[in-house]
Amino acid sequence: MDRQAVIRDAKHSAEAQQSSATSQYAIVTQDLNVWYGDFQALYDVTLNIKKDIITSLIGPSGCGKSTFLRSINRINERLSYVRIDGSITVYDHNIYGDHVELAQVRKQIGMVFQRPNPLPISIRDNVLFGLSIHSESRKKLPRNEVDDIVEQALQQVLLWHTVKDRLGRKATELSLEEQQKLCIARLLPIKPTILLMDEPCSALDAKGTEAVEELLWGLRGRYTIVIVTHNMAQARRASDECIFMLMGKVIEHTPTAEMFVTPAHKETADYIEGRYG
Amino acid sequence: MFAASGLNSRNNRRQALIRILFMLMTGLLILPVLIILTTLLYKGGPAISFEFLFGNPTNGMTEGGIFPALVGTIWLVAVALLFSVPLGVAAAIYLSEFAAENWFTRAINLAIINLAGVPSIVHALFGVGAFVLFMDFGTSILAASLTLAIMTLPVVIVATRESLQAVPYAFREACWNMGATRWQTIRRVVLPNAVSGILTGVILEVSRTAGETAPIMFTGAAFFLPFLPESVFDQTMAMSLHLFVISTQVPGVPDELPFGVALVLIAMVLIMNSFSIALRIYLRVNKKW
Ligand SMILES: Nc1ncnc2c1ncn2[C@@H]1O[C@H](COP(=O)(O)OP(=O)(O)OP(=O)(O)O)[C@@H](O)[C@H]1O
Ligand SMILES: [Mg+2]
Repeated sequence: MDRQAVIRDAKHSAEAQQSSATSQYAIVTQDLNVWYGDFQALYDVTLNIKKDIITSLIGPSGCGKSTFLRSINRINERLSYVRIDGSITVYDHNIYGDHVELAQVRKQIGMVFQRPNPLPISIRDNVLFGLSIHSESRKKLPRNEVDDIVEQALQQVLLWHTVKDRLGRKATELSLEEQQKLCIARLLPIKPTILLMDEPCSALDAKGTEAVEELLWGLRGRYTIVIVTHNMAQARRASDECIFMLMGKVIEHTPTAEMFVTPAHKETADYIEGRYG
Repeated sequence: MFAASGLNSRNNRRQALIRILFMLMTGLLILPVLIILTTLLYKGGPAISFEFLFGNPTNGMTEGGIFPALVGTIWLVAVALLFSVPLGVAAAIYLSEFAAENWFTRAINLAIINLAGVPSIVHALFGVGAFVLFMDFGTSILAASLTLAIMTLPVVIVATRESLQAVPYAFREACWNMGATRWQTIRRVVLPNAVSGILTGVILEVSRTAGETAPIMFTGAAFFLPFLPESVFDQTMAMSLHLFVISTQVPGVPDELPFGVALVLIAMVLIMNSFSIALRIYLRVNKKW
């Protein structure tokens, strides 16, 4: 079937997806509605996010991008007044199902935030933190294996060469750019399949932004990456597909190149050209 | 162009005046402390000797040393801590890290605040009723320490909760988002960063407990008992009560004796406080965010 049509018309694609069972999609949401108390932040969000590519999520401030991301790894429900309805399926499993263990959801779906939030422990321990909470503490890995894990994770985020001589130093002493890279690196040892990034570069300068984008391309293909950004140039440079949201609704979901050249909706065109601010 | 206007100079004068005024008030605050300390040193200093610290009171407590009271106070405080620290820290962790924000939690918090405001003599009466009589511990170190523990509990809880809450929320979120349970988060990240604050709070509390008189007077402390306690079911002398007794209840006590006792009590407290400050500095050194 025609893949572009599937992406372009989110509503229909959901039905199509159900028929073509083994999906090419990592994240499928169906009529997702989210309320903060009485305020509805997402309206009937139906999206199919493809495996192993980078999808960017753009839209004006307050349109619900973070809400969407936070629903996917179920951190929104930490707030008692949040209500969610509709379904979210990750790799064909309903993450709001009855027998879902939150720790497993969080292990599969890593999240990176706007402000780098390394833990106040050593760089090495930051990288190993996920492992230490998801493995039985009695089963100690041999030292050289652990060293390999640390090196690999830091290599993948292009941080190894700058920190390899100070792995024992506090992570909070690193520069913001390095901290953000470390926050990505510490997700990797527990082998997530999806990485959600909520404006990961907005606390960084141009050089840092470029460095993080570079590492994202390096991770592309191994992880399904969804990145929220306010930076149009970044969405354009660093993603395969692009989703445009407005006031809690999905307006458009197309390959990035297409969205930036021939947006299908007037709102999209307006936003891309900076008329929303 | 940048010269002071009339308004500027008026504002500056006003600020200078206020500054001096507040400085004087701060000075007034330190004055009593200085006077107390110098008086104690001057009048009590001559009383301090090896026999004074390590001897028994003799001759109707008008001579001799304070060793049983010194040891008794250490017993009372130590046993009280044994109860109040685990209980208080656990309660604080529950309240700060687990409890949902609802009427029940608010009620507990309110109760803690009120408990902190209960006068110590009321605690003493409660201690007599609950521990000495009802639980039948008799007048003993156990009953007195439990009374002290109840009294110090709110402070331990509040100090612990404050140090827990001083740990940035972002650290907790970072852990939870990686799939850590609340307890893993507390044990691995929150507690290690809160421990210096908790310890400081506890030690400051210890020094306050050491000086309490009312709560132990009816529950476990004895006027005169020149033996060292052997178990928590014994009665014991205590510094604070001893000071009260020799200053007001016993005739013919030489002047320097009560001052000596007070000096030792203050010294214990100061040593404890300096220890707490040193600990805080030490634990602060490798903490940065
Ligand atoms: N915890 C919350 N409680 C109540 N309302 C919230 C909460 N978080 C977000 N909202 C509201 O939900 C709407 C969507 O917020 P969200 O954070 O998802 O927007 P966003 O697209 O990520 O915006 P930004 O680009 O500024 O990050 C906003 O109107 C916001 O005010
Ligand atoms: Mg946001």
